[in-house]
Amino acid sequence: MSGKTLYDKIWDAHVVANEANGETVLYIDLHLIHEVTSPQAFAGLRAHGRAVRRPDRTLAVADHNVPTEGQARGVGAVADPEARLQLETLGRNVKANGIEFFPMGDIRNGIVHVVGPEQGRTQPGMTIVCGDSHTSTHGAFGALAHGIGTSEVEHVLATQTLRQRKAKNLRVTVDGDLHAGVGAKDIALAVIGRIGTAGGTGYVIEYAGSAIRGLSMEGRMTLCNLSIEGGAKAGLIAPDQKTFDYLLGKPASPKGGAWEMALSYWKTFVTDADAAFDREIEIRAADIAPLVTWGTSPEDVVAVTGCVPDTAAITDEVKRAQVQRALDYMGLQSGQRIDEARIDRVFIGSCTNSRIEDLRAAAEVARGRKVAAHVQAMVVPGSGLVKEQAEAEGLDAIFVEAGFDWREPGCSMCLAMNPDKLMPGERCASTSNRNFEGRQGRGGRTHLMSPAMAAAAAVAGRIVDVRSLA
Amino acid sequence: MTPFTTLDGKAVPVDMANVDTDQIIPKQFLKTVEREGLAKGLFYDLRFDEAGNSKPDFVLNQPKYQGASVLIAGDNFGCGSSREHAPWALLDFGLRCVIAPSFADIFYNNCFENGLLPVTLPEPLVRKLMDEAKGGNHVFSIDLAAQTVMTPSGETVRFEIDAGRKEKLLKGLDAIGETLQHEGEIGTYEYKRSLSTPWLEARA
Repeated sequence: MSGKTLYDKIWDAHVVANEANGETVLYIDLHLIHEVTSPQAFAGLRAHGRAVRRPDRTLAVADHNVPTEGQARGVGAVADPEARLQLETLGRNVKANGIEFFPMGDIRNGIVHVVGPEQGRTQPGMTIVCGDSHTSTHGAFGALAHGIGTSEVEHVLATQTLRQRKAKNLRVTVDGDLHAGVGAKDIALAVIGRIGTAGGTGYVIEYAGSAIRGLSMEGRMTLCNLSIEGGAKAGLIAPDQKTFDYLLGKPASPKGGAWEMALSYWKTFVTDADAAFDREIEIRAADIAPLVTWGTSPEDVVAVTGCVPDTAAITDEVKRAQVQRALDYMGLQSGQRIDEARIDRVFIGSCTNSRIEDLRAAAEVARGRKVAAHVQAMVVPGSGLVKEQAEAEGLDAIFVEAGFDWREPGCSMCLAMNPDKLMPGERCASTSNRNFEGRQGRGGRTHLMSPAMAAAAAVAGRIVDVRSLA
Repeated sequence: MTPFTTLDGKAVPVDMANVDTDQIIPKQFLKTVEREGLAKGLFYDLRFDEAGNSKPDFVLNQPKYQGASVLIAGDNFGCGSSREHAPWALLDFGLRCVIAPSFADIFYNNCFENGLLPVTLPEPLVRKLMDEAKGGNHVFSIDLAAQTVMTPSGETVRFEIDAGRKEKLLKGLDAIGETLQHEGEIGTYEYKRSLSTPWLEARA
């Protein structure tokens, strides 16, 4: 009998019941909630007279539609009445159900996928869900984590379980050394470019190999975060010493004897040497260049030194029409160099790239340089604690000196539910996760890239290879 | 949940691959605490220009597709954001069934929570159905129990669907109610964990 994968082990440890119809009732260790996808779930509970089973295994934040300034003034100061109502509704729901909540303005508040790990709520071997597709982020700790819809949020609130069908195992191995200027974001974009946005559908991806081991926890979170953009159910990285070092001393991490007990438990969450995967993909780290997206799907990636597709060279008619539509939307010419694209805006932030290491990488590029005169650039830290740490390290001063706007935490212009958004036709170098049409504002044009590349674009006023900055 | 059994309805072809949930229901419509009333935001940027005027060239605005209850689309329908507002908006608009070569995972799950039937068929078949629908004003008949789609030309196509999910739609089952029948097992699981991984079960 062959061994088990990391995914198999987490799954097996959480089976409550197997149904005759093929569904498994799977226990959920941590349920993260926010203002946008939870109100209808709480309303559903009330309508059925059901209670929240485990408020202590639930954590709430306010992140999707909070403004990125003036947060200390509280929810009452939010200008948008609909956003304010959602935030107030969350406040009422968590209070009525005894759920821990970091409200807007609390230094522990921030983007849900930054806060969970930062608080030590995210731990290896756990099952973690949230009504947000980028919940895959938490897989960086060797936790099975994925996004769910609002009906499932209600299901988890009521039962602390989900009805699930097991996915298949896909291993992506990245071996070797990354080039200077190449990081986790580039690995993620390389994987999506390789498998496509639907390539991971039906799979849980485990990332393995020396280049993955070499990533920091922040880098691993960036990589797992983007698993959903490849269509995967979840992304996983086996926990190791870096994971344990990150968790030691975090507010919700186990303490004392429990820490030792947890550590030996966590160490069992690795794929057995003789485990079989349904599919394997190998990528050489040395083949990965700094990548940017050129189109309106995260799979539309190109090396920063490369050109956008030449439609004349595409033989498939449907594909050619798709590419042409994307180029038209993006305001790009068929076959043009991507580094000739002049940008208007820069967004450094989001659950993909707003952690301290991301801000350090961007600040390193910004240090002693100036944002191009025609560019408006903003940095949005992932949480109040990230903001505090960045300020303690003087990163805010570097950004402000260079001409970046230093904001307060939240999802911000990643999905533009708050006042931060692109105007029609504006081109943005963005560290976020989706370049869909209209994602950052109707008619806005998004190019996804790493924090260092986004900072370099701010300085150059166009998409540029960060390695070429003098 | 409203059960899904059979449906006779006009089909509207949205001939695009990778239709993401941001397209289906843009962000500005997510600021609601209700499930209802989302039809106005369905495919908003495709249906309306920046001034809010209807775009006559988009299929959902064409008179021959008014009142459609079936939507036919390309690969990877519903990719991106987990927002359940996407199926809510489709249903509120009057659509009860989406036919595509493939669906993104979270959207697919969300359909079954709401009585929206996602039908997966091989790409060439979807293409054929799309071509028939492009004639307009054609009624498709869908029978979930028999797992068939009958096209306007009278051809019957069989689709595959997981038996458990099929039953859930046919009966309009309440998933939470079903799971709560396992309440004893959930309690037992929690008790065992309080012994094996006590730091996870310590109640504040």
